[in-house]
Amino acid sequence: MNYSENHYNTNELSDEDLLETFTPASEVEGPKDIGEFEEEEIERLRQTGIDLTGLNRAGTFIQTNGSVQKCDCESQGVELLPITEALKKYNGLKDYWWKLISPEKDSFTSEADQELDNGYFIRALPGEKVIYPLQTCLYMRNENIAQRVHNIVIAEEDSELHIITGCSTHPHLKSGLHIGISEFYVKKGAKLTFTMVHNWGENVYVRPRTGIRVEEDGVFLSNYISLKGVKSIQTFPTATLAGPNAVARFNSVIVAHEGSDIDTGAKVILKAPGSRSEIISRTISFGGRVVARGHLIGLASNIKAHLECQGLILAEHGVIHAIPELEAHVADVDMSHEAAVGRIAKEEIEYLMARGLNEEEATSTIVRGFLDVKINGLPPELNKELQDVVEECHKGM
Amino acid sequence: MLQVEDLWVEVQGREILKGIDLRIGPGETHCLFGKNGSGKTTLLMTLMGFSGYNVKHGRILFKGEDITHLPINERVKLGLGLSFQRPPTLRGVKLKNLLALYSKESDAGSELALAYNFEDFLGRQVNLGFSGGEIKKSELLQLLAQSPDLSLLDEPESGVDIENLDVICQMIRKLLQKEVRKNRQKSGLIITHTGLILNYVNADRGHVMLNGQIYCHGNPRDIFERIKNYGYEECAKCRLFEQGSKI
Repeated sequence: MNYSENHYNTNELSDEDLLETFTPASEVEGPKDIGEFEEEEIERLRQTGIDLTGLNRAGTFIQTNGSVQKCDCESQGVELLPITEALKKYNGLKDYWWKLISPEKDSFTSEADQELDNGYFIRALPGEKVIYPLQTCLYMRNENIAQRVHNIVIAEEDSELHIITGCSTHPHLKSGLHIGISEFYVKKGAKLTFTMVHNWGENVYVRPRTGIRVEEDGVFLSNYISLKGVKSIQTFPTATLAGPNAVARFNSVIVAHEGSDIDTGAKVILKAPGSRSEIISRTISFGGRVVARGHLIGLASNIKAHLECQGLILAEHGVIHAIPELEAHVADVDMSHEAAVGRIAKEEIEYLMARGLNEEEATSTIVRGFLDVKINGLPPELNKELQDVVEECHKGM
Repeated sequence: MLQVEDLWVEVQGREILKGIDLRIGPGETHCLFGKNGSGKTTLLMTLMGFSGYNVKHGRILFKGEDITHLPINERVKLGLGLSFQRPPTLRGVKLKNLLALYSKESDAGSELALAYNFEDFLGRQVNLGFSGGEIKKSELLQLLAQSPDLSLLDEPESGVDIENLDVICQMIRKLLQKEVRKNRQKSGLIITHTGLILNYVNADRGHVMLNGQIYCHGNPRDIFERIKNYGYEECAKCRLFEQGSKI
């Protein structure tokens, strides 16, 4: 069997074909107000980490298709604007716009450069510690559209901010394309936590392109969760640790259902002495394909970096391809990786059965543990989604 | 409590156990001596019902019920329990979550951890980065939460330093109800290499296993002395050692 092509037609559509297939989001009107959302949509967004009541949130940004429905910020310590307004206000954001990613990188970056459907601008002011998370939502409500956004996030010196971003499609929507350019600037002594939840339709293509720059003593924490069916995701955020003792940490929990092709990972360039990084991914395949990448590049002395790819294949035809890469350019580095893929070890199941659990309970316990990645501030609805994944494991056994 | 009758077991096509007979009564503690590779762990794994241990002949009775082909967790329900020699690591699964699953009483897990100075481990992932002694402690703690009627302990003292040996043995005594003098109900079968455990836990009978067979039965201290002085092979020769006594 030709294992690489039979189940996954990743090249079914070329990048150019993809871009031509879908209608620009700006041509399909979104709702005027979030009051127009139906109950099932509100529930869907809740499952994506977005609470439309804005309770316990520092601010809320909602963009549907190409238009912004809500952009409110309660907190004084943070500035939140649609990117189109920020570009006007800050004279094109010259120090930040396309500085971490090149618009010529690929067809998707060039598309977003030429045809923008908005996006968000977030800036945590110097020294401000924002307690509640700020939430942003990029929502595709109509069939067969291409949503192209560009986001800029700046954590000024010594600030602290947590952003929860939910990217989703309408519960009945099947097909679409999402292109998201994101550039993150974490300045000296700042801490930025970015939790992203993906909740797409089964025939949706997703192409985020992300760049991160962390300065001296800055911390960037990324949590990425994608539990639902999707056609294809391709994402490979790249972080540069530019100042001494900068930190970047990537956690991801990814489930690939039958028919999904998810190519994900992160690259961290440790440029400054004493910088640290960790990339941890937990992937489960219920018949889909996951490529779990990780690339750590050590360019300075006294750095510490660790990479971990753990994958469980819980159904026939599932494919998990872990590609951990370590690249050291100086001798004085501490870099390591650990990767393991396969089914749940029988030994582990029997160990728990020897403590009285039946096979199903033992499996659940192991999968629940597997998915237990420390993510603070996750809404309870999302925990329920994780629970659903645990339940689904039994069907595949 | 336990009755093993002419048990023959194959592992990966190799005959490991060759006609084992063993009887353990309620409240009794038995020790099983033997060299590496003699089949001691195979016997415990078979009693517990692990896959890959194929019973070719004979049967296992527990509390009068034939459990030879029962699933592992059904045996546990009847009152069997095992402390592993080398348990697997369960990533992301915290010890306290497991204790909560097994415990018959809700808070039993944390109380036990407190009693044996193991609270710091409750939030740790099971067996991840545990030292030899910590693994044994974690195993016994889980077993105490389960409170089985027959505890199968696979080398509970191996890899344990002297300081922790005392705690480990306290846990074993608790597990086997050693404080109860009359009508003790809890039984145990302990595999030991070093015999060190005999200084801490009173055992009623000892057995010597060699090449998949049990040769000697008798007073565990006497047997252990003989092994120390003459080696395991000599034990096989002196099967008459306790002639006439029942198994």
